[in-house]
Amino acid sequence: MRNVLAIAEKELRSYFASPIAYILIGLFSLLFGWFFYVYLMAFVQQSEQMMQMGGGGGANVNQMMVRGLFQNTAVIILFVMPMITMRTYSEEKRSGTIELLLTSPVTDLEIIIGKFIGALGLYAAMLLVTMLYILILFKIGNPEWRPIGAGYLGLLLMGGCFLSTGLFISSLTKNQIVAGFLTFATFLMLWIINWLGESSSPTTREVLNYLSITEHFDDFARGIIDTKHVVYYLSFILFGLFLTAKSVDSERWRG
Amino acid sequence: MIEVQHITKHYGRVTAVDDVSFRVERGEILGFLGPNGAGKTTTMRILTGYMPPSEGRAVVAGYDVFTHPIEAKRRTGYLPETPPLYPEMTAREYLDFVAKIKAVPASERKARVDAVMERTRISDMANRHCGKLSKGYRQRVGLAQALIHNPDVLILDEPTAGLDPKQIIETRDLIRSLAGDHTIVLSTHILPEVAQTCQRVVIINKGRVVAVDTPENLTARLKGAATLYIQVDAPGADAGAALAAVRGVTRVTSADQPRAPLGPDAVPPVSSGPLAFEVESEPDVDIRRDLARIVVTRGWGLLELRPVRMSLEDVFLQVTTEEVPEEAPRA
Repeated sequence: MRNVLAIAEKELRSYFASPIAYILIGLFSLLFGWFFYVYLMAFVQQSEQMMQMGGGGGANVNQMMVRGLFQNTAVIILFVMPMITMRTYSEEKRSGTIELLLTSPVTDLEIIIGKFIGALGLYAAMLLVTMLYILILFKIGNPEWRPIGAGYLGLLLMGGCFLSTGLFISSLTKNQIVAGFLTFATFLMLWIINWLGESSSPTTREVLNYLSITEHFDDFARGIIDTKHVVYYLSFILFGLFLTAKSVDSERWRG
Repeated sequence: MIEVQHITKHYGRVTAVDDVSFRVERGEILGFLGPNGAGKTTTMRILTGYMPPSEGRAVVAGYDVFTHPIEAKRRTGYLPETPPLYPEMTAREYLDFVAKIKAVPASERKARVDAVMERTRISDMANRHCGKLSKGYRQRVGLAQALIHNPDVLILDEPTAGLDPKQIIETRDLIRSLAGDHTIVLSTHILPEVAQTCQRVVIINKGRVVAVDTPENLTARLKGAATLYIQVDAPGADAGAALAAVRGVTRVTSADQPRAPLGPDAVPPVSSGPLAFEVESEPDVDIRRDLARIVVTRGWGLLELRPVRMSLEDVFLQVTTEEVPEEAPRA
């Protein structure tokens, strides 16, 4: 455990020692802020209309605004995550520091989990900054916090899936660009895999929907924590880490 | 302290290391000598547990590196060919991180970091980012990293590569001062380095061990009095052939043109003035009298006749070229 933390800390430190962390956090909160503003304005307009029609206070911030905001955030994540993970293994392989890690008294698993936690830490920092916007919402309105918490949990879990997949892809190559692009393409595939389902048999559709990484996020965006989805995301993350472990191990044998 | 038993490593179809075995005793400095691509780095990577061997086993500090990797790695310090530094960390941060993953207890960490920085003389660069260090300092930080957990075994892959002469001397002194407490394996293709630092040498070529001995013995064993340098004042033409005809002579080489073997029927270079030859003979046959006699009976002048001691470099070349005669260099 101490080794895991040492490696996680080193990863986080290297993110924040380079421009990567600041650029990612900055751009992510900028895009988040943009969507926040657009949805907020739309919500204000709608609730004004409802007031005029005499609906009176029936507008639900959580339903009408936060849900859409989270769904769009999930799209931003798709673009941002490859940049977090693309260098994790590739850079160590390119610069030779992987020799230090693999000849130290730490297990492969400790290295992998350390790297995963480090990347997750940066991602959590990105999400933390976006909470400032949500605070504004609490200041001027009266949203429910539980659905918002569920949304953040969903983002964290979904991001974890992307990170573990990205970690695996990064462990396959020395080249950061290759790792980054492959990761992005893979995420996109996971994203749109269920579009195929629309024209196929109900069983295929069911399967493809289940595989699609976004399909499982909808309930979280709505504010529902369904164990089905939690299990899906957690097993996805574990599978990604497992593949990384296998990849690192096979690299070792191939030399 | 280190025992390597019949290690073989294949990369796909390429065999990088082929049935290598050797032992290193506690406190010894072993030099690993070989041309580029001989399998030095691969052997070291196997010893450090970076990769498993295809066959055979390696035992470091009493632990098999494959079945007990954590225990073995805890007792091994490794400096790879390029020091594995993180450019965005300062030297101190870096050593602190390495100390953590090398299981140095938290209470001793700061003291250890200070001690190794002192020892490798990098204290003045403690707060400089590793990416901004000069080659010499990087190498030293790499060495500090290998020493941080006070390992029993030190494995150094070309520790002096890329350093300036003063740094090379300092690094060699440092390595020598580490022997005794630590068992050291270092690889190099710089030959004087082995003679200066190592107590024993393993010469490796094309993945095979071709010789294991002390530098002195290697030099003596392979050459010693078996080669004579002879300079004669002869009209040219047949001098080399005449010397080659002496009983017990195995090879005559023109010393003016290094390493051009002259067979009995080869045409020697025609030159006026004295000719120099290196004459090799069968071991335990003293050919000096016969050589002198033939020179005198032919009426040439014998200007010089002396035994040649080979430098380690010659030993190395000879050992590695004898192993693969079809690739012997022809000047």
